[in-house]
Amino acid sequence: MERKLLLEHIGVEGINTHDVYRKNGGYSAVEKALKTMSPDDVVEEVKKSGLRGRGGAGFPTGMKWSFIAKPEGVPRHFLCNADESEPGTFKDRYLMEKIPHLLIEGMILSSYALGCNQSYIYIRGEYMYVLQILEKAIAEAYANGWLGKNIKGSGFDLDLAVSTGAGAYICGEETALIESLEGKRGNPRIKPPFPAVKGLWDRPTVVNNVETIAAVVPIVNEGGDAYAQIGIGRSTGTKLISASGNVNKPGVYEITMGITVEEFIYSDKYLGGMKNGKKLKACVPGGSSVPILPHYLVCKTAAGEDRLMSYESLSDGGFATGSMLGSGGFIVYDEDQCIVRNTWNFSRFYHHESCGQCSPCREGTGWMEKVLHRLEYGHGKMEDIDLLWDIQRKIEGNTICPLGDAAAWPVAAAIRHFREEFEWHVKEPKLCMTKNYGLITEKTFETVKG
Amino acid sequence: MSQDNIQFPEPLLQEVARQIAKFPEGKQKSALLSVLHLAQAHFGYLSEPVMDYVARLLHILPIEVYEVATFYSMYDTKPAGKVKLEVCRTGPCMIEGAEKIVSYIENKLGIKDSETTADGIFTLKTVECLGACGYAPMLQAGEKFHEHLTEAKVDELIEQYRKNPVANYLGLENHGA
Amino acid sequence: MSETNPKFKVTIDGVEVEVDPGTTILNAARLIGGDVVPPAMCYYSSLKGSGGKCRTCLVEVSKGSEKDPRPMPKLVASCSTPIMDGMEVKNKSSEKVMDARAGVVEMLLINHPLDCPVCDQAGECHLQDLAYEHGKSNTRYEFERRTFDKVDIGEYIKLHMTRCILCYRCVYTANQLTEQREHGVLKRGDAAEIGTFIEKNLKNDFIGNVIDVCPVGALTDKTFRFRSRVWYTKPMDAHRDCKCCSGKAVVWMIGDEIARVTARKDQYGEVKEFICNECRFDKKDKSDWTIEGPRHIDKHSVISANHYEVEAPAHTPLLNKA
Repeated sequence: MERKLLLEHIGVEGINTHDVYRKNGGYSAVEKALKTMSPDDVVEEVKKSGLRGRGGAGFPTGMKWSFIAKPEGVPRHFLCNADESEPGTFKDRYLMEKIPHLLIEGMILSSYALGCNQSYIYIRGEYMYVLQILEKAIAEAYANGWLGKNIKGSGFDLDLAVSTGAGAYICGEETALIESLEGKRGNPRIKPPFPAVKGLWDRPTVVNNVETIAAVVPIVNEGGDAYAQIGIGRSTGTKLISASGNVNKPGVYEITMGITVEEFIYSDKYLGGMKNGKKLKACVPGGSSVPILPHYLVCKTAAGEDRLMSYESLSDGGFATGSMLGSGGFIVYDEDQCIVRNTWNFSRFYHHESCGQCSPCREGTGWMEKVLHRLEYGHGKMEDIDLLWDIQRKIEGNTICPLGDAAAWPVAAAIRHFREEFEWHVKEPKLCMTKNYGLITEKTFETVKG
Repeated sequence: MSQDNIQFPEPLLQEVARQIAKFPEGKQKSALLSVLHLAQAHFGYLSEPVMDYVARLLHILPIEVYEVATFYSMYDTKPAGKVKLEVCRTGPCMIEGAEKIVSYIENKLGIKDSETTADGIFTLKTVECLGACGYAPMLQAGEKFHEHLTEAKVDELIEQYRKNPVANYLGLENHGA
Repeated sequence: MSETNPKFKVTIDGVEVEVDPGTTILNAARLIGGDVVPPAMCYYSSLKGSGGKCRTCLVEVSKGSEKDPRPMPKLVASCSTPIMDGMEVKNKSSEKVMDARAGVVEMLLINHPLDCPVCDQAGECHLQDLAYEHGKSNTRYEFERRTFDKVDIGEYIKLHMTRCILCYRCVYTANQLTEQREHGVLKRGDAAEIGTFIEKNLKNDFIGNVIDVCPVGALTDKTFRFRSRVWYTKPMDAHRDCKCCSGKAVVWMIGDEIARVTARKDQYGEVKEFICNECRFDKKDKSDWTIEGPRHIDKHSVISANHYEVEAPAHTPLLNKA
């Protein structure tokens, strides 16, 4: 069953304008909800849909919504997380740029469901041109009565504005996003309290990813049950995948959850196979923070079953032999890529993006980058590999926010699966500067660490 | 720049007011990041007098502005070139040849990462993931994304910006600034 | 929770205690006292917003509550996690906690200059205590340590950023005690630093308290710098009539001279009553103060080695913990 729920009209000329969007069925979900559904009905449909957060964590959206505190007389806020910054991920930019009204429609529906009258889209500063597209679309939505006071005579008021970041990956963490939206440094907050109780300006707040919010539109249009029919198991609906790396057709794809990874990489409908006829060496299926999979675990699980594009299948085997769907940032590496270099590169990223609040992340990310740099440039020692393993272990789970985990996991997975390649960098310091290790051989799973 | 001639022109003051109006009364600090973008685009970089001016505009303490301006990587608290060539260096761009693009620009402009050309036009900066991984390698100049870079494309870009060194944020030209 | 007993029961390292709802694990542990109290480098009970950052107080929650007995999946910061009724917590008794804490100590030390021999804080430094108790004698860090330019922040206070562990306490102190905070945390990640951005003279009447809240030797008293090791001085409780503050302080004496003045700290190193700059920096004459008597200092502290207290034990170990 092949469905496009978000990008169905993406090819229509002028779909970024209100009128064309409206002609293609746009805002019908808002009409339906405001006329025929109570806010709780909308929450109920989202719960039934089984929609899970598309920003990376995969937490059930309906459940997240049900946590919001509703103290009398205190305004609540709904925020869109458009701070897309996870390396490998660029789907939200695509969606906002091409079909901004879909996000706005989703914002209206979600705000209505949660009883929020002032909502914000927080977009990363580097997407300044997208911010302008969104502001134009919001102006059109106001002009056409979809935003503002008493929307379409429903009695529901909603003001929507876009605010900007200024270069900080950490602001994708929801409490850092809230801090940033308050005009502060993007330091994640200590939890509890959670945003659902104390968020923006200490008011109850829900933060969702762009794609999650957009998915509320088809859920309201077609009903939660119908949405839950699409996909596989607890991975319902469709997912935007940002594909990059050494493939023939990188880009953004809307896939039905449950297609096989093999089909996604090799079929012409999707990535069209490996570029230049090279062999697949590894794949990071969900953005830079999720564990890298060696070639023999990409299309098959350790149990020998087909690996599917779904939350469950991609994490099959846990971190020992699996990974995560994450944000859907699907990075493919061919046989010419160096895993040590790539791990060092990711480590540099997390070092650069650590906010510096808590000790393990502030100090540990830089330490890992330095050790990896030494290994990559042929000055490493055998003990460095175990040292790295220990540093990442001391960071993981011990930090204020998930950035610590995000920095630790890629290092752990690279050592877990590609230890020989790390050792080769130590044993052949000259050679590793001139050539690549190539493919690794398949391991027996008893020897896989972790 | 002395304290006295730090002043937004009227259209930009209106834009500041629009940014502040996005937030409830008393929450004007929320407009800080946007106003700093405007200030950087207009004044070139965030000097201490510029940040103090922003603090006054938003009725917040100067230290609150310094804390924010030095946290976010897009803000310059030191002078930079008119056009910043920000080349993405993260994973997916790296495996598609970002490092070669960086050294090509370095050689062409005779500057290293984070340096500015003598004529004050270009600053080269390597940056982390800009969300264009499928169209790598890429760079951002002003608010524009330039994707699928090749050496020839870089030549073209540099030529174009040398002739017309404008790469503004926030569609600043729309505000008459 | 019954009507008559609105207290929550919590067990920490096997010791049970009843506390008011809303109490954090750390404060519950402090009610028990002794070994079950996790170390805290950034939390400061009188500073709103402090805590959660340094991660030295991480503990294991092996049972969430009576209602939901599931253990918490990750170690939690005891200073910012409220207890639930029936919660069971492991601090010293958890290998996981000890391992993680050793990791945190190592992280805090990799860029620390380890200049204790010339640091005024030595002897009353929380990082020194922490490292002594939880650290290792060697380091696995083989790179150049991070250094910062020295920043002058006024006539009374010296900032040694290289020693800072970014606990943010001094920032919260300025937020809370002064009208116009002038210093803060600049930059980010491991480049983050305490600073004023432009050189500024911090001169608010209460700014001297940042010296007392600093757990390390990053903020030191210029009027005392290099004058003496703290363990050669005699701390005496003293008070004076002050228009600005309570006037209750500790004067640290060398012979008959007052070498420095600090606020009074409790057993966890926390000031309960902050003092003004005048008391701290300007009142260095014995006649300015009414001396009450020796200040009680924990017998494990190196400061006690001075035997200044009449009741001091005959033998005290030279370093914090024997």
